[in-house]
Amino acid sequence: MPFRFIHPLLLAVITLALTGCEKSPTTNSSITGQGASGELVVRIGASAPLTGPQAHLGKDNENGTRMAIDDANAKGITIGGHKVRFELISEDDQADPKTATIVAQKLVDNKVSGIIGHLNSGTSIPASKIYNDNGIAQISPSATAVNYTAQGYRTAFRVMANDAQQGRVLGEYAAKNLAAKKIAVIDDRTAYGQGLADEFIKAAQANGAQIVAHEYTNDKAMDFTAVLTAVKGKKPDLLFYGGMDAQGGPMAKQVKALALNLKFMTGDGGYTPEFIKLAGDAAEGAYASLPGVPLDKMPGGKEFEKRFVAKYQPIQLYAPYCYDAVNVMIAAMQKADSVDPAKYLPALAGISYDGVTARIQFDEKGDLKGGAITVYQVQQAKWQPLETLGAIAPVAQ
Amino acid sequence: MEILLQQIINGLVQGSVYALVALGYTMVYGILGLINFAHGEVVMVGAMLALSALTALLGMGVPPVPALLFSVMVAMAGCMVLGYGIERIAYRPLRHASRLAPLITAIGVSIVLQNLAMMIWGREYHSFPQLISNDTHNFGGAIINDIQIVIFILALAIMAGLMVVVHRTRLGCAMRAVAENQHAAQLMGVDINRVISITFMLGSALAAIAGLMVSANYGLAHYYMGFLLGLKAFTAAVLGGIGNLRGAMLGGLLLGLIESLGAGYIGDLTGGFMGSNYQDVFAFFVLIAVLVFRPSGLLGERLAERA
Amino acid sequence: MKLVRKSGVQLAALVITLLLLPFITDALLGRGWVRIADFAMLYIMLALGLNIVVGYAGLLDLGYIAFFAVGAYCYALTGSPHLALAFPMAFPDGVHLSFWIVLPLAALTAGSFGMLLGAPTLRLRGDYLAIVTLGFGEIIRIFLNNLNAPINLTNGPQGISRIDPVRVADVSLSATQNIFGIAFPSVHLYFYLFLAFTALVVIVSRRLERSRIGRAWMAIREDEIAASAMGLNTRNLKLLAFAMGAMFGGASGALFAGFQGFVSPESFSLMESIMVLCMVVLGGMGNIAGVILGGVLLAILPEVLRHSVVPLQQALFGKTVVDPESLRMLLFGTALIVMMLYRPAGLLPSRVRRRELGSDEAPESL
Repeated sequence: MPFRFIHPLLLAVITLALTGCEKSPTTNSSITGQGASGELVVRIGASAPLTGPQAHLGKDNENGTRMAIDDANAKGITIGGHKVRFELISEDDQADPKTATIVAQKLVDNKVSGIIGHLNSGTSIPASKIYNDNGIAQISPSATAVNYTAQGYRTAFRVMANDAQQGRVLGEYAAKNLAAKKIAVIDDRTAYGQGLADEFIKAAQANGAQIVAHEYTNDKAMDFTAVLTAVKGKKPDLLFYGGMDAQGGPMAKQVKALALNLKFMTGDGGYTPEFIKLAGDAAEGAYASLPGVPLDKMPGGKEFEKRFVAKYQPIQLYAPYCYDAVNVMIAAMQKADSVDPAKYLPALAGISYDGVTARIQFDEKGDLKGGAITVYQVQQAKWQPLETLGAIAPVAQ
Repeated sequence: MEILLQQIINGLVQGSVYALVALGYTMVYGILGLINFAHGEVVMVGAMLALSALTALLGMGVPPVPALLFSVMVAMAGCMVLGYGIERIAYRPLRHASRLAPLITAIGVSIVLQNLAMMIWGREYHSFPQLISNDTHNFGGAIINDIQIVIFILALAIMAGLMVVVHRTRLGCAMRAVAENQHAAQLMGVDINRVISITFMLGSALAAIAGLMVSANYGLAHYYMGFLLGLKAFTAAVLGGIGNLRGAMLGGLLLGLIESLGAGYIGDLTGGFMGSNYQDVFAFFVLIAVLVFRPSGLLGERLAERA
Repeated sequence: MKLVRKSGVQLAALVITLLLLPFITDALLGRGWVRIADFAMLYIMLALGLNIVVGYAGLLDLGYIAFFAVGAYCYALTGSPHLALAFPMAFPDGVHLSFWIVLPLAALTAGSFGMLLGAPTLRLRGDYLAIVTLGFGEIIRIFLNNLNAPINLTNGPQGISRIDPVRVADVSLSATQNIFGIAFPSVHLYFYLFLAFTALVVIVSRRLERSRIGRAWMAIREDEIAASAMGLNTRNLKLLAFAMGAMFGGASGALFAGFQGFVSPESFSLMESIMVLCMVVLGGMGNIAGVILGGVLLAILPEVLRHSVVPLQQALFGKTVVDPESLRMLLFGTALIVMMLYRPAGLLPSRVRRRELGSDEAPESL
């Protein structure tokens, strides 16, 4: 046995141990621990990429979550006879599946009562196993992969329509309402873009449209002229992009520059002010979808937007869903009169709650039941709702 | 036919962008034999600085053309300072260390610059104001706009300018001497530290121009934009033969063409089995094939004995 | 005699510390840190594998993570219900081979990919080799990301989930197990598994370094022409280095897939390759102890910073001034620069390298 490894190894072990001195987790008060003023401190974990290319969306998620928690604290909620103070623990998962599991474990260590996250499907899925093993409720505001809730975990929920639900509505809308006969599709080869594009294709074909081209890009690209030129050769009358605004915006711009005469359509990843900003006047007439009902059609939706913009910055994308996710979780806790996940999980599964994005009810898998989806179009440099589709479209009673 | 022509134009424009960035890589490599992995981030900082200066100037009511010229200068000056600093802090102390040590510091610099940029300019995508007209011209059915023509001409002009600097001036002579043999150059009275600093500053000024052109062409700037661009430009520089200015230009244009033709025709070539999703695979296959037959790139000198 | 006894005591102390480590960490810092330690072990295995290629044979490889990916997907495909989607007739429930059968297969497959990469690149040196290996890594990732059509082989960007956990003697490592009345949570069990494999990799690396082959690799690293003039078959030796390194990568990949239960192409990005290379170079190329230290440091540093940035700011300024997340990566980058500036040959350089650096001449090799 090589003995001169021993020193460095011991050194490494000691380093690992010493890190404990630097860390100051507030593990002294657990779920049931009482705060200074006799109140019950309940931790809510949140996780999204706060560094890296998707950091702007991650921060938006964190802000949405934080606002809901601040609101609940301001309201003063009593659960199980205790006054409750909610505390947010937000962690950066860097959109990396491996880091997501580390973060998940850390949040579990910190004895959170529930999780709002993660942003991506690729991080939500591996993390969901850890939350499930520890029996902690997880509500993802934005993971859309069908797989996330198909694993059979009773702890995994989402307040966002999944790829199948959204792709179906979009494909139908393109083929029927917009009467597109020849459709080209571009996706960005991420779990989100590919999942949505594949479901879109299925639905469009089922409604009689023909897919004349399926091209690809990636989620860091800036130049789409090559694939767009290839699309141009097939003369489609509609182009669907499965991906985010950071690519969708410039792509719409290049569509115009290359004089492609077609309708541009994208999913919820494109429904942002960024899209319009980046596409410039090429954004005019573009279609996008967003699960749920337009904010101003829901009670409190408009007010939420106003307060959010005043407090942080314009909504990027998923902040309202994070806001709803927290509120749904708190509503379930109130209904079960407990902050113990084991007790409030059944209440969460059977909940019906009017959030700012839609009426939220879960099906047996944890997906959004019904799942209203609204199609928007850019008119005068603003996203304007055209039509809300989907089974139940609950508008304020 | 017009589709093919359009793809060639797409490729040349994209290739000019790669070439502009690749020139910066290749200059530093030619002199120090060092991959300046942080170059892509310098491009990003250049774009961001130009954007900030532009927004501020336009906000003050300065007309677009002087505003543009002034922000180019700001970006170039800022990047030159940055380039000087990077060399001074992260590379000079390691000039005699193993060749991988500066690679690690370069990665460190890259991470630092990215996160500093994120703190300064925020996490969101910025749109770049439309200053150069993007009137389109029609070439037999293919479309090209003014910015793209400017990029193409600028890349060629900068390469030509650099060739003149390197081959016709005293400074260029000193650069070539340092590239050949640092010790000998020093004995001949060349201040090698000065020459290397100037090389870095020149390369960084180029990066600033490249950053500005990229942002103007695509209409956006983001703190993460440097990474992929740097990687592609590095590939282009190696394809052409790293350390060779004409090689960087050739490599950039070729890579651009390979990518756009690959994206356009790979589906037809493989009978639909592969599509534009294999664009990068195609590009790397071409690169490997070139390197198997010419191990030092297309125009690279034979450096068989240099590991 | 005395020396042996002293070393024996040290060794015993080390083994006991390592065996108790998950429990100590769990008690002091929380279970999240045990998971971090698990990943640190995986990274150590990867870094030691890359050390063979870069540290011993002197071949700069920027696409090493591809072998990790190949190993991970080997187990993901043969230990999950996934293949039922592509071949419902042949495998109605997917393939569920035992981990212990897949492990050597994964190592062999990754090894053959290593040869595949090595063959066309034999004539390339330095940075040209670096860019080709980088391209190879990207090619593998792109294939994994796109092979969901025409046949759904890898499930594309969606990744493969529900991978079977590793089982040792029919005991699943993914659940808490009671052994002799002590509860061993899943992360602890994986820690011991990874520890055993890391020990194995260390021993193999050590034997390789001292062997004829190891010395031949180092001869190639120092001067390939001289080595070949001395009668060494440099072609086969380089291929062997690529294959050996890749096998280590493949084996750790299979372990990763079993541990994580989910693989997707985004885990195998270029940045991961660069991180593993940083571990090797930062720790000290060619020196096993150095590489281990590098792996541990870089695997835990971002997490240490995650925990310390906010409390540190609060202690200094009384409030959180800068967003902790941006500061964390900023400090990580700074740490890379500073460590390299003060120890350019790595934190624990190998003896040969220290001698090289002592001489006046700058080493021309990697």
